[in-house]
Amino acid sequence: MSDQQAQSVAFVRDTMLPQEAPPASQTGPVKWVRDNLFPDVFNAVLTLIALFFIYKILAGFLPWLMGGLWTTASLAECREILDGATGGCFSVLTERWNQLLFGFKYPPDQYWRPTLAFVMLFVAAAPLLFAMYVPSKVLYFTALYPFIAFWLIWGGTIVVPLVALLGFIVGYMAFKKVEAASFAGALGAAIVSAAVVWFVGGFLSDAMSGVLALPEVPSRDMGGFMLNFILGVVCVSLSLPIGILLALGRQSDMPIIKWICVVFIEFIRGVPLITLLFVANVVLAYFLPPGTTFDLILRVIIMITMFSSAYIAEVIRGGLAALPKGQYEAADSLGLDYAQSMRLIIMPQALKISIPGIVNVAVGLFKDTTLVSVISMFDLVGMIRGPILASTEWNGVYWELWGFAILMFFPVCYGISQYSQWLERKLATDHR
Amino acid sequence: MSTLSDPPVESFRPSQLINDTRYRSYTFQVIALICLVGLFGYLLSNLFQNLADAGLNISYEFLAEPAGYDINQRLIEYQSQSTHLRASIVGVLNTLLVAVVGCVLATIIGVVVGVLRLSKNWLISKVMSIYVEIFRNVPVLIWILIVMAVFVAVLPQPRDFRGENAEASMFLDLFAFTGRGFNLPMPYFTAEWASGGTGWLVVIALIVAAIFGTRMIGTRATAQQEATGVRPKTWQFTLGIWVVPMLIAFVVMGLAWEIPELKGFNFKGGIFARNSFIALTLALSIYTAAFIAENVRAGILAISKGQTEAAASLGLRPRRIMNLVILPQALRVIIPPLISQYLNLTKNSSLAIAVGYMDLTGTLGGITLNQTGRAIECVLLLMLFYLTISLAISGIMNVYNNSVKLKER
Amino acid sequence: MKKTVILGALTVAGLTATAAAAATLDDVKARGKLNCGVTTGLVGFAAPDANGEWDGFDVGVCRAVAAAVLGDASAVEFVPTTGKTRFTALASGEIDMLARNTTWTFSRDVDLKFEFVGINYYDGQGFMVPKELGVSSAKELDGATVCIQTGTTTELNLADFFRANNISYEPVPIETNAEAQPLYLEGACDVYTTDASGLAATRAAFEDPSAHVVLPEIISKEPLGPLVRHGDHEWGDIVRWTLNALIAAEELGVTAANIGEMSGGTDNPEINRLLGSEGNLGEMLGLDADWAMKAISAGGNYAELFEANIGESTAIGLSRGLNAQWTDGGLLYSPPFR
Repeated sequence: MSDQQAQSVAFVRDTMLPQEAPPASQTGPVKWVRDNLFPDVFNAVLTLIALFFIYKILAGFLPWLMGGLWTTASLAECREILDGATGGCFSVLTERWNQLLFGFKYPPDQYWRPTLAFVMLFVAAAPLLFAMYVPSKVLYFTALYPFIAFWLIWGGTIVVPLVALLGFIVGYMAFKKVEAASFAGALGAAIVSAAVVWFVGGFLSDAMSGVLALPEVPSRDMGGFMLNFILGVVCVSLSLPIGILLALGRQSDMPIIKWICVVFIEFIRGVPLITLLFVANVVLAYFLPPGTTFDLILRVIIMITMFSSAYIAEVIRGGLAALPKGQYEAADSLGLDYAQSMRLIIMPQALKISIPGIVNVAVGLFKDTTLVSVISMFDLVGMIRGPILASTEWNGVYWELWGFAILMFFPVCYGISQYSQWLERKLATDHR
Repeated sequence: MSTLSDPPVESFRPSQLINDTRYRSYTFQVIALICLVGLFGYLLSNLFQNLADAGLNISYEFLAEPAGYDINQRLIEYQSQSTHLRASIVGVLNTLLVAVVGCVLATIIGVVVGVLRLSKNWLISKVMSIYVEIFRNVPVLIWILIVMAVFVAVLPQPRDFRGENAEASMFLDLFAFTGRGFNLPMPYFTAEWASGGTGWLVVIALIVAAIFGTRMIGTRATAQQEATGVRPKTWQFTLGIWVVPMLIAFVVMGLAWEIPELKGFNFKGGIFARNSFIALTLALSIYTAAFIAENVRAGILAISKGQTEAAASLGLRPRRIMNLVILPQALRVIIPPLISQYLNLTKNSSLAIAVGYMDLTGTLGGITLNQTGRAIECVLLLMLFYLTISLAISGIMNVYNNSVKLKER
Repeated sequence: MKKTVILGALTVAGLTATAAAAATLDDVKARGKLNCGVTTGLVGFAAPDANGEWDGFDVGVCRAVAAAVLGDASAVEFVPTTGKTRFTALASGEIDMLARNTTWTFSRDVDLKFEFVGINYYDGQGFMVPKELGVSSAKELDGATVCIQTGTTTELNLADFFRANNISYEPVPIETNAEAQPLYLEGACDVYTTDASGLAATRAAFEDPSAHVVLPEIISKEPLGPLVRHGDHEWGDIVRWTLNALIAAEELGVTAANIGEMSGGTDNPEINRLLGSEGNLGEMLGLDADWAMKAISAGGNYAELFEANIGESTAIGLSRGLNAQWTDGGLLYSPPFR
């Protein structure tokens, strides 16, 4: 080629020049910066403002974080050591670590129990959350988990959860036996037989109160982040089935049942959770039989469960409404009865649609468990506001403690909502 | 040839109540009704039994009795000798104040953040998503307490302003930002006839008139545009309508500013925004704004790209595409969740009790309940109030939804 | 988890459900524990220590009652209550008695249907201010910002006091003593007001107590005492006379130290009746003959409880003042044990 070129006309080029790299302004980081940070004057100003704020925040935050102290015994000592230098007194976290996590009354030698229950929660939740990756055998463990967790956290003899478990098993077997005849009858049979087992078991557990007994911890002694977690997990799992029933009731064509559900849902959704907690705290006791008293934590669980089940019911109702009518008609035309068509056709689809909504409710509920601090329960927020900030040693440590609270809540809530988005993508079977 | 025999005459058998779908629903409903009535009867009988045992009764007479306590923020006249009912009304107004201010602030922040999150500017959109994620995923109670902690621990207290070389000083000598709240200069009218509420009535009247004037100019301009094809410049008239009468009014009525001053223990004079009010409003609005931003973003993304392209191919400029094509459609998607966010904000305002803001939960559900011991009555009234508000808001939402529903062909 | 809760409900209901509301004594005996309502934490009166053990002057009364009824001073379940929850907790039967520095007032006694069994501390509402403010009298507090605990008589007294003196103030309502402390210390309020004993206890918990002064004005009468529900007079008698036994023991010179030898019998017939070696006072209450002896041995007599928890030798440093025996010019006066 080069020979030819040499012979061709001097100023006509008939071969291509080798490709040149794009000019520096049109490639690499420079182009990226220009396109994404300074495309026009307005955006440039915005970028500069944002950079300024980021700098300000980091300039305040990093020295505080890096210069922090972790081992002093009180705020006064910490301030003395810092001697005017910037730095956080994170020693409040190390010193009160157990109180922040478990409250100030859970027996320290028993901390391994809630910790173990917490770890096992992940194993138990795995088959529900990641059904496609976890062998379904683990589901048996999930079914057992509530009983194990109860025994671990509250202590007492293992006979109590065993009897409860037995009641459910017997109830389930009774249900299976009668199911073929009639769904409603089977439900009745299950309830009756389970009740019988629990009744008999009540005497049994009284008699055998020493069998495999862990030291009992009254629920009044629960506190710290553990309390938030217990309330969140218990109330969400309890409110799911109730929410499904309420949603079905609201969609039902039986007017009385429909109106009961509508009134319940709208009432609960119309009032703030805090008023429901007031009910649990100061009013509910009047509605119980004379002489009966429930633990505060149990009353709170009842009210929060009612609260979240109303919200979950609305989410599921949305799912039910989104299903095309043809699904209902197809189920009917197959000759399925109401229970069967709901269980086999409608619910699996409706629940799938409503998962993101349910997860949102769950996250919201978990955040709302902090409200119990307002009725003087010592959850994480209650611990910080009450015993820790009022103690002589740590009077005035705000940022370290509130930063810690954010650090506890953010990953959990963010993680769950990311999970729900992931699941939504995973379950999206329609192609858009 | 076979004869069609008549179907057997139906006689009603009790088993049909369970097995026949025609009757079964009645059975269920009757059972449900009996259970419900039974449950309520049981709870109420417990209630009456308990009340009788304790020698108490249900009565709302306490509402007419003197409350005996003072409320720091009162929008209507109230003293400690006023009734519990009046204390509750003060609380209701305080709740509504937080709700309204909070909703406005949350909408402004939320819309700005939601739009900026879609910005092509990488840094801005990242910063905005960090804001949204952090605020959405931490309980609002913690935010309220953190903002309150800023007031308590960071801002200077009035005592720091005192003395020769005080640690803190007023901003521009006009604004006092203290840990107890913000004192801002307050405008007032020195002319005698305007010093009451009249001066402000005049200002409001002028604003209303200016709005009408602006609209009239707009209509004129449109008419002229239709006729000649050229839209006349109108901004100078609009500006005049807004500014000139207002300036004249201010001069005539003698506008002056009341500057806050440190007197005794506290700053006196000017407008005082209490720390609890600011903490509650600010925390609620930045928290709710994070949700609103998500709604706004989702609403804008829900409009398919074809709409933008179609509008662009008609020759519309980006801003007009936004105003004429995207927003009207996006609003349909945005507004229903927006209103439920307003509802949430209003309900969350009951967390006022955590910072000592005297809203309805603080007066009726707090001090009145404590002082009178009428727990059932107070909690019932409290729930009734919030229920009324949320039913009213969802009523409005339904009306709106029906009015913007897509008219399907 | 749902099963856990059902189970929890069953067990809890099984544990705590009791047949009749009237016979509190039977309930307590059957339960083997006394449920005693106390504050959420006020050093000196009732506060949990580092190990979660409750300690304080009010706690001492609870322990004395538990010892008298059950013979075991540690058989008490302390239920922390706030100003808001305390009366409901008592009315609903969640607690058997309330010992939470509660002021005896007409409306609480008559309208709320409680029975105050006596007075264990004569108190009055006072004001605490930082020394640097240079305030020497409550009448100089015009325009001040005042932190008050809501749900107490103090906020009503406060309103009355400022109205009577025709001076203005800005109230900052607070749920618990713990929340009030940081607000006051950081200067978000100029004044903290509560019962004088509570002020002393709060100040004792400060890093530098000497930087704060309690103003001389005491603006109200605050007779603090334990209370029980209306209607169960037998139970009310037990709590009342346990408190009286503690007061009488001081008057008669019976202490936790010498009670052993005194219970054998002394020359003083009233001591003998009190400690059960003579007469049958215990039987009349439905308790053992040595009920008062157990109550006194639990934490000592009134003076010993006072000195150990709030007296001058403690950080709180309250003097006896009105709370001295009537023989020493105070107001403590136990009816005779006869």
